[in-house]
Amino acid sequence: MEETIQFKLNGKQTKLTVDGERKLLWVLRTDLETTGPKYGCGEGICGACTVLIDGTAARSCQTSVKEVKGRDVVTIEGLAAEGALHPLQKAFMEHDGFQCGYCTSGMILTAYSFLKQVPHATHDQIIQGMDDNLCRCGAHKRIAAAIEKAAKEMSLSDPVGERSDVK
Amino acid sequence: MKFQMEHGANSVNEKFKVQNLTSLQNSDPESQIPNLEMEQGAGGNTENPEFDFHLNRRQFIKVAGGGIFLFFTIGDLPAFGQQRGERRSLPNDFNAFLRIGENGRVSLYTGKIEMGQGVHTSLGQMLAEELDVPLDSVDMVMGDTELCPWDMGTWGSMSTRFFGPPLRLAGAKARRAMIELASEHLNTSPENLTVEDGVVYEKSNKKNHVSYAELAKGKKIEREPKGQVSLKKPSEFKIIGKSFARRDGEVKVTGKAKYAGDIQIPGMMYAKILRPPAHGAKLLDVDVSEAQKMRGVQVVRDGDFVAVLHRYPDVAATALSKIKAKFDSPKTGVDDKTIFDHLLNEATEGRVTTHGGDLQSGQQGSKTIFDQTYLNDYVAHAPMEPHTATAHIEGNKLTVWASTQNPFGVQGEVAKELGMSSENVRVITPFVGGGFGGKSRNQQASEAARLAKLSGKPVQVAWTREEEFFYDSFRPAAIVKIKSGITENGRMNLWDYHVYYAGERGAEQFYTIPNHRTTSYGGNAHPFATGAWRAPGNNTNTFARESQIDMMAAKAGIDPLEFRLQHLDNEKVKRVLKAAAEQFGWTPAKGPSGRGFGIACGLDAGATVATMAEVAVNKNTGEVQVKRVVCAQDMGLVINPEGATIQVEGCITMGLGYALTEGLHFKDGKILDTNFDTYELPRFSWLPKIETVLIEDKNSDPQGGGEPAIITMGGVIANAIYNAVGVRLFHLPMTPERVLDALKG
Repeated sequence: MEETIQFKLNGKQTKLTVDGERKLLWVLRTDLETTGPKYGCGEGICGACTVLIDGTAARSCQTSVKEVKGRDVVTIEGLAAEGALHPLQKAFMEHDGFQCGYCTSGMILTAYSFLKQVPHATHDQIIQGMDDNLCRCGAHKRIAAAIEKAAKEMSLSDPVGERSDVK
Repeated sequence: MKFQMEHGANSVNEKFKVQNLTSLQNSDPESQIPNLEMEQGAGGNTENPEFDFHLNRRQFIKVAGGGIFLFFTIGDLPAFGQQRGERRSLPNDFNAFLRIGENGRVSLYTGKIEMGQGVHTSLGQMLAEELDVPLDSVDMVMGDTELCPWDMGTWGSMSTRFFGPPLRLAGAKARRAMIELASEHLNTSPENLTVEDGVVYEKSNKKNHVSYAELAKGKKIEREPKGQVSLKKPSEFKIIGKSFARRDGEVKVTGKAKYAGDIQIPGMMYAKILRPPAHGAKLLDVDVSEAQKMRGVQVVRDGDFVAVLHRYPDVAATALSKIKAKFDSPKTGVDDKTIFDHLLNEATEGRVTTHGGDLQSGQQGSKTIFDQTYLNDYVAHAPMEPHTATAHIEGNKLTVWASTQNPFGVQGEVAKELGMSSENVRVITPFVGGGFGGKSRNQQASEAARLAKLSGKPVQVAWTREEEFFYDSFRPAAIVKIKSGITENGRMNLWDYHVYYAGERGAEQFYTIPNHRTTSYGGNAHPFATGAWRAPGNNTNTFARESQIDMMAAKAGIDPLEFRLQHLDNEKVKRVLKAAAEQFGWTPAKGPSGRGFGIACGLDAGATVATMAEVAVNKNTGEVQVKRVVCAQDMGLVINPEGATIQVEGCITMGLGYALTEGLHFKDGKILDTNFDTYELPRFSWLPKIETVLIEDKNSDPQGGGEPAIITMGGVIANAIYNAVGVRLFHLPMTPERVLDALKG
């Protein structure tokens, strides 16, 4: 059923007429040309498609687009506020927290959501919090180190390290 | 830092005027310059026009803009012709080029691709070092068949190892050419000049200087640097040997990095292709009527090749699900349990690869004989990005954006598929989301090209995870049989090694054993495609060899490190073993000591590796937790220590998978693993404490880095499990079920 769906995408109001049952991943990637979220498994197992919905990580391959009506959706493209990289993005760069980069947007947004819930996360908590995101290159050690660094930085400066327009 | 993909992913709207360029080749009098002439023995294959390199130097300059162009031919860079496994002659025109732009930025055009291994950083370092420019002024243009010189493909840990040394030479020659240009400008002889950070100075008068950018300003200069130059000595290195963060960081953390599936072309359709339920299945009947009724769906059929196209990939997938198809699936009786008998039955006659001493006297002189069979299952590449390609036909010209490890291979395959000349096919390689050997097969690119032709529209084919598992070229299931013996004094005296289907990489044992033979058996008995998987063959061979060595050490009552050292004269292996032991804090104890410590070593891609691990085995569940891994690697000259360390860590982490969980389930040609729910990849919670020791030899050439450290992971964990609980695992992966079975005896 085609319907008009309105939501905020990376801070901008977005309106489109679309079959509400279609998965958010494909609507983002094709209709809205926002290709940061990636297809990895299509079943919510790998986390490559992760986006933030109202500040919480969600698997966009398992989310119908009608579910985000009136909500705030942030993809990796929207994480850097006004061009300034988020502490997580900076930490991933500094620690080489990726190799091929395909899982990276999902890793960063999952970490964002996790650190929001557990602001002073320890290494072990980060490992548990990230366990459902897959990386094939074996960058896990660096990803965990990057998140740990960002967690410290975020708790020092901006307590939540959030964009003002992400709830 | 900037990573330039301007000629790659973002060039959808660029119109390189290449259609008419071929005619220039013969008509442009200027093109009759000396180095366009065929070089004997190294030239292009003139008998087969498909193999002709289609963009000559003159054409390249036309499309690449202004600046100073530096070309190198094979005669100048002999190492280019020495890439192992080369399957095609190199182009006779030029095979490496650099452009120094009017803004002083240096572009390196290379047919290599970046799939996570970090070569755009390490290759950039090698060039920047010799050319004397800052690393962040180097832009990499990679894997574009229109702009980059031919390359065989990115695999075998060969980019830094074989492409690196001639690239340094190219950089040094380019520096010399820039000095010559500057000498005209500065009115002094080249001998009086030196370069720092892209600025040429008069040594005695630093005020007399000119930058590369100034030399390039408003010019279109070509140079073919000739003559002898020497490479920098290790003591002169400013960039090589220093750690640099990956240069593709910013685009990858912001989502700007484009992969083949991110390419969008106006009017593009996403394709879903009808697949058989099993390998070997034949299409009997197909009814596409329900799919055809869907709005916006285009059904394409060419014999058994049936696909649906839609402007949205998810709608195309829905349409595909509405196709009713009947297949005749063969009952082969071969599954993941019976495969080993099947493979042994079908094996070709063995080929002895090495032989020394006398096996019979080895057997007679041995007090204890060890006769053991080792198995490993099929393993999937499972890159996070499935095979993807986007194809666009304009006039007689086809452009393909492909996730591939060998863009020039795709060019030839696609041209053949469509019956076109490869000079009309341009392959662009955006970022590749992992390859590990699996993206040297490019079926998806041919499919996209075929559908673009059939539909008359740009088409993207992006495999689902299920398709990725189905059409993977798996690491082959393999068998190793070893008969070995030790004397009364615990000396190895016999080694009779038979490897089936894994190949010979890593099969050569390097211990001092007086009576030995290695025999390799192959054949084409696999029920589906197999191929190279990160350090192909060596994972299997190292697992078998290092397990067998460990078994003999335990029987001899000698500490496994000591036992190895007693049987080695290979100084490099000894050195990495000692380095690993020192970092690990290894103390001698005969196995099984209950400590859960394992050891394994091996050789791969020119590098030497020793790994030690500590595991904990849950005797109730059979689960193995790898707690700590120490890896010492000798890889010759290290270009980017941090990058090399990251590759070792990647090998160790990925290696946990083939050691512990990764084994393909299949039956009668049907691949039963369709996603990551049953095929388990290593996760964060598996992560051991990883410590890497790089042993550098600055005076040696760089060796492989992306593969070597993965080879020891099966053996080191098997040996650590034995050390922990006193039972041996002979079958990879060492799943909890197999561990429990072993514990039950």
